[in-house]
Amino acid sequence: MATAVTTRKTRVLAPPLQRYGVLGWLRKNLFGSVTDTLLTLLALGFLYLILRPLIAWVLSTNWAVIPANFTIILRGSYPEAAVGRLWICVYLLFGLAGFSWGIWFRKFQSITLFVLLIPALLALIPFIITYNRMNLLVGEAVILVAYAIGRFWPQRWQGFAGYLWVIGLLAMPFILHGIGEPPLLLPVVMTNLWGGLLLTLFLAVFGIALSFPLGVILALGRQSNFPAFRLLSVIYIEFIRGVPLITLLFMGQAMLQYFLPPGTPTIDRVIRALVAITLFSAAYTAENVRGGLQSIPKGQYEAASALGLSTFKTTMFIVLPQALRAVVPILVGQFIGLFKDTSLVAIAGMLDLLGIGRAVVNNPNWLGNHQQVYIFIGLIYWIFCYAMTYASRRLERTLGVGER
Amino acid sequence: MQKELGLSGQGRPPFWRDERILSVLSQVIVVAVVAGLFYFLYSNLMAALTVRFGSNPISFAFLEQTAGFDIKEFLIPYSRESTYATAFMVGLLNTLVVAGLGIVFATLLGVAIGVMRLSANFLVNTIASLYINIFRNIPLLLLLIFWSQAVFLKLPRVQEALMFGPVFFSQRGVAVPWGIPTDSWPRYSYTLWGGLCLAIIVGIVLVQIGKRTGRMPLVSLWTVLTFVIVAIVGWIVLPQPLTFSFPELSGFNTRGGQVLSPEFMAILSGLAIYTAAFIAEIVRSGIQAVSKGQREAASALGLTGFQTLRLVIFPQALRIIIPPLTSQYLNLTKNSSLAIAVGYPDLFAVAGNTIRNQTGREIEVFIMIMGVYLALSLATSLIMNFYNRRIKLIER
Repeated sequence: MATAVTTRKTRVLAPPLQRYGVLGWLRKNLFGSVTDTLLTLLALGFLYLILRPLIAWVLSTNWAVIPANFTIILRGSYPEAAVGRLWICVYLLFGLAGFSWGIWFRKFQSITLFVLLIPALLALIPFIITYNRMNLLVGEAVILVAYAIGRFWPQRWQGFAGYLWVIGLLAMPFILHGIGEPPLLLPVVMTNLWGGLLLTLFLAVFGIALSFPLGVILALGRQSNFPAFRLLSVIYIEFIRGVPLITLLFMGQAMLQYFLPPGTPTIDRVIRALVAITLFSAAYTAENVRGGLQSIPKGQYEAASALGLSTFKTTMFIVLPQALRAVVPILVGQFIGLFKDTSLVAIAGMLDLLGIGRAVVNNPNWLGNHQQVYIFIGLIYWIFCYAMTYASRRLERTLGVGER
Repeated sequence: MQKELGLSGQGRPPFWRDERILSVLSQVIVVAVVAGLFYFLYSNLMAALTVRFGSNPISFAFLEQTAGFDIKEFLIPYSRESTYATAFMVGLLNTLVVAGLGIVFATLLGVAIGVMRLSANFLVNTIASLYINIFRNIPLLLLLIFWSQAVFLKLPRVQEALMFGPVFFSQRGVAVPWGIPTDSWPRYSYTLWGGLCLAIIVGIVLVQIGKRTGRMPLVSLWTVLTFVIVAIVGWIVLPQPLTFSFPELSGFNTRGGQVLSPEFMAILSGLAIYTAAFIAEIVRSGIQAVSKGQREAASALGLTGFQTLRLVIFPQALRIIIPPLTSQYLNLTKNSSLAIAVGYPDLFAVAGNTIRNQTGREIEVFIMIMGVYLALSLATSLIMNFYNRRIKLIER
């Protein structure tokens, strides 16, 4: 019997075409069964109902409002004369991003190529002026050089990138706002002139940078063995998480001055908004970080203690690095939320990306352009948020969260 | 011996390195600093308020004064002669209506899209995934303003209203058919409450039977069915508790039915559509988190597809879904405060804006608003935590 089987001439069959090829794919994914076919037809009908008017509308609508207001959407009323400073900040960001990308992701992947080409891709936007295009090309050079430096940076000095970020972020408000009197190098640009994407990014970047350490401290406080720290942290976290951001923003705008000694000079509007956003976001960061802290097994603490590390050293070098790595994707999700929430300052009367959009559609010259303006602004928000989502998914894979 | 070990005194380290003393000391210092900070802020506030209001810096007496402003939508009797307290309640009820309806619609839409996201059908899957990716990545406020300014206010005038069956869409809002109570309505409403109680009793009894026999009947189906049967029987027995009024065009307005204002529609649809995208992701990941082995084991035991879903997949997925779902409900409730951007008079718009500006009593108004939102948050999380504990896996 057995020999009969082995000696029989075997005929190698070609793979059945139906399962591969285009037809096979269609059959498997769209017309597998009767219900599947019905679903497909329903979905096609739905898409037709939605897409046909949508495409017709996009093609037949006058989009002139976007190029005409492009500059104001990007930077509000930030004066033309000081635009060079914005570019310095952009270079700084590109440089830092390129450098840290080179250090942290040594393996060259397709995503690296994409990140490195972002400035050049931006330069392809059709309606920007030559001056900006030139600057974007300079930015391209900056990011490439920074990446090359980071790529060959000694592994021992990796932590350097962190310090660079801190220095760069500290320098940025001074570059944007200017220091001192006109005879000095950088004349002051009042924050009421900041607007558009510039203000949104400013609030988001500094909201994230400031709320993160505060949130980590609160999370440690909530997990602390000391009842007083625990109580204070819990009260803070639960109070902030229980109220809407907009109440904090309004309180900051309307009432912050009351809480300061009489005669204190009025605090800048943007700073007040930033304080509200930071205090709000810190409570959420704390809860997310707490999840990470809880995932650290007890053995880690015991091992650290057996090695004779102090509580401080255990926290800084053993617990936090592991806890934070475990919650990176959740934190990115939260930062996306913060980025979107900065739009609430528009209700408080500030001209961030959304506020500028409202100002543009209320401009008598551009009445009736609501749909175009809001869709364009939504697209800008969407690109930033989606990029962060995508980056976090890649980061998750690189860090190997969940594989340890 | 002690000298050799380098210890001093009674075998204890010096006080500045004694952990017990340090822990007490550090807590005392931190609490003192926080308390000092609060005292500093409080005394500044009191000083500023005394300058402004004189002898009674914080007082809720203004709540008894006449409000003197109109609110477009109210569920309890309200006019400009009503008190500020009434105005506050109007705003609160409006918030509750929007939040409650928003939660219902967001859940329905979110579950549907989450299930679509799991479909093996490529097109259905893609549509769901597109929906999720679009709405998760734009700010809610932008969506609300878009709905209000670019959709509901751009609808045609009343004379050219879009009609979908008996529902009219126009600049004035959405007119829907509405029931008008007749004389027998009060009796019918008692019947409905009775039906609700009966349904709950049926549910409890069925669960007990299920526990005793080990064969769980379709509890939710029978509960709902009981209520529906009572409702139908009551409708037939009592002489028509509701008459239906359908909207119709008359000159420059619609007549009959109920008109839902564009502001209300904008905030409700914005909240529901936005939150549904998050709920869909929660539902999808919850169902996917139930391991494949469970499904295979169920089918090895000979359970049908529906039985597998009802008895194996769903109870386990629910455990994973409930906690994040709770926080989405809380988010939706808090996000309803953005109604101010579309002109819907919710709690924050009425109190945080109008009352605060008219009375100048800022601290009192903020205390009241924050108190309400805190209470809502605590209540929701208490209910959901209770439910969560009920369905939690009992580990052996």
